[in-house]
Amino acid sequence: MGVRKAITGAQAAAEAMRQINPDVVVAYPITPQTPIVEEFAKYVADGIVDTEMVPVESEHSAMSATVGAETAGARAMSATSSQGLALMWEVVAATPGLRLPIVMSLVNRALSAPINIHCDHSDVMGVTTVGWIQIFSENAQEVYENTLLAIRVAEDNRVQLPVMVNQDGFITSHAVEPVEIFDDALVQKFVGVRSLDRALLDVEHAKSVGPLVLPNYYFEFKRAQEEAMSKVFEVYHEVGTELSAITGKQYPFFEAYRIDDAEAVVVVLNSAAGTAKAAVDAMRAQGKKVGLLKPILFRPFPYAEVREALKDIPVIGVLDRSMDFGACAPVYSEFRNALWELERRPAMQSYIYGLGGRDIMTTEIEAVFEELLSGKLDPEHQRYIGLRG
Amino acid sequence: MPTLQEIALKTTGADARIVSGHRMCSGCGIGSIIKTVLAASDKPVIVVSATGCLEVVTTIYPFTAWNTPWMHVTFENAASVASGIEAAYKALRRRGKIDEDVNILAVGGDGGTYDIGFQALSGALERRHRFMYVVYDNEGYMNTGNQRSGATPFGANTTTVPAGKVSFGKPQWRKNLVEIAAAHRIPYVAQAAVNNTMDLYKKAQKGFNADGPAVLAVLQPCASNWSFDSSLTIQYSKLAVETNFWPLYEIENGIVHINTKPSNRRPIEDFLKGQTRFRHLFRPGNEHVIVEMQKMIDDEWARLLKLEESGIQF
Repeated sequence: MGVRKAITGAQAAAEAMRQINPDVVVAYPITPQTPIVEEFAKYVADGIVDTEMVPVESEHSAMSATVGAETAGARAMSATSSQGLALMWEVVAATPGLRLPIVMSLVNRALSAPINIHCDHSDVMGVTTVGWIQIFSENAQEVYENTLLAIRVAEDNRVQLPVMVNQDGFITSHAVEPVEIFDDALVQKFVGVRSLDRALLDVEHAKSVGPLVLPNYYFEFKRAQEEAMSKVFEVYHEVGTELSAITGKQYPFFEAYRIDDAEAVVVVLNSAAGTAKAAVDAMRAQGKKVGLLKPILFRPFPYAEVREALKDIPVIGVLDRSMDFGACAPVYSEFRNALWELERRPAMQSYIYGLGGRDIMTTEIEAVFEELLSGKLDPEHQRYIGLRG
Repeated sequence: MPTLQEIALKTTGADARIVSGHRMCSGCGIGSIIKTVLAASDKPVIVVSATGCLEVVTTIYPFTAWNTPWMHVTFENAASVASGIEAAYKALRRRGKIDEDVNILAVGGDGGTYDIGFQALSGALERRHRFMYVVYDNEGYMNTGNQRSGATPFGANTTTVPAGKVSFGKPQWRKNLVEIAAAHRIPYVAQAAVNNTMDLYKKAQKGFNADGPAVLAVLQPCASNWSFDSSLTIQYSKLAVETNFWPLYEIENGIVHINTKPSNRRPIEDFLKGQTRFRHLFRPGNEHVIVEMQKMIDDEWARLLKLEESGIQF
């Protein structure tokens, strides 16, 4: 059993980092990620952790210095949002190729323009193709546990890839919730210490990291990276089982909420899944058979497991908090792909909601369920929830 | 202080920190620069390269010319990567995970330093990480075929600011990186050139031993893109110093010291002649460009002398 604390999602990320006590934390502040950095900086100032903290002059340098520290042999962490992620994109994209198990908090925020500091997923959806493991969190509790899980998944020898732990800007990062923080000693035993096997600072075994690789080998490097990504499922499962011994919880690739006999299912990431659960409960109370699928592990994407979970569902609505302009929305695309192999494919509808931090209400999700159940779908066009007319 | 022969011995053989077999152009001085700098460290050196000539020619996979820990990430981030290595070094030492004493060296060309890597460099200097940054300055993007950089001199013909019917090439003078670095109040900044190995070695030693960040700007005439015979690299470097185009000086704890004062300053034409990038300046109608360049060099030199004489701390 842990201790229950009333903290925000940002503080939950910082709490996990406090327990991890990384060798190095590098960050540049950006709304709404700032409270993670501030909270952690206080731990450093008060000697609660003995991490070397590097407050850099930009996000590009934040990821660069994190990469330098991690290559040197440190366990290094960072955190960012939106524009910050966009600025560090070049280095973010280089990180998986360098096979660096960096864990970074991403507090999801809309991407400019127009500038907006509130939540949507346009930041993360711009980096899902570069090779980071992506984990999503519904609430502060999940932020905390996913951060601990991420360290072990990233550093596993079969993986050696970076992880972003996502949480919704403001909705999760700034809202106070009860969070159960588990025993420091147990958590520290679980996260362990990073091995120095690959450390650049091991000067006795000089290595050249990040060489120029021409067409004769580049392709093989990328294939090896994909191979490592495919190992994430088994590692995630094993590490999740280990973490369960401390938390008593399960760590599935996605959460299936009341979908067993469902006639319509909604798919939605992060905090809106909590809202969707309330909508499901309200409709179930009216005798309507509806359910929710909340993706957690989004990269790598668990196609087979998703297919198995949804194989008997007649109609599915996928809610995206970002758009892929001129193409299918990103979460919707994955679910369409996952379900293609089914003999009896479900009817599907794409919805866009909540861009730039617009709230989504239980009543709006209930309306989505009613629409799905009514069969009045338009698969050729995405629909918009809560958009001005 | 070792002799030139002793330095040469340190830079060759199986124990050297960078070994032969790299793919530098014939006549390139980057090899001499990096070998001399590495030889000046009495501790193991961790090297970070910016994208550029040095990175490209030393590491084409599956080969490496580096016999010392080396890494590269992107073009503009050598200084911030070095910041992270230094942070890791401090943390791992403090936690007893490593006990080796090392020096950290970041190396970039002028493009990766004066231009795209400028912010990362400034940030790292301001945070006072203990590392040395060496820029091998070939006055433009030479790895990719002579494009203009913030280090390209006034009047030079580049592919992005070519000389033409209404253009004499680059209309601006270069940034003064040494003074910009010194303005960060770091313990050691110096300007060196590939022709003077002893001077470069001494400066690299001071940089490695400085209590805080150090910056070393080293002139590296590019035979391939300044377009001169590959036997003349050292000669052009020497001429750059003797014309006061590239004075050898250092700023140690803020105090300026000029290492070499040419007794008889040679005219800038001596340096310009024979370089394709300045060939157009000798055509009728461009006389004023050389006059202007000479004035800039003389003014800068006079200013540098005054700085030294004043003894005022930077």
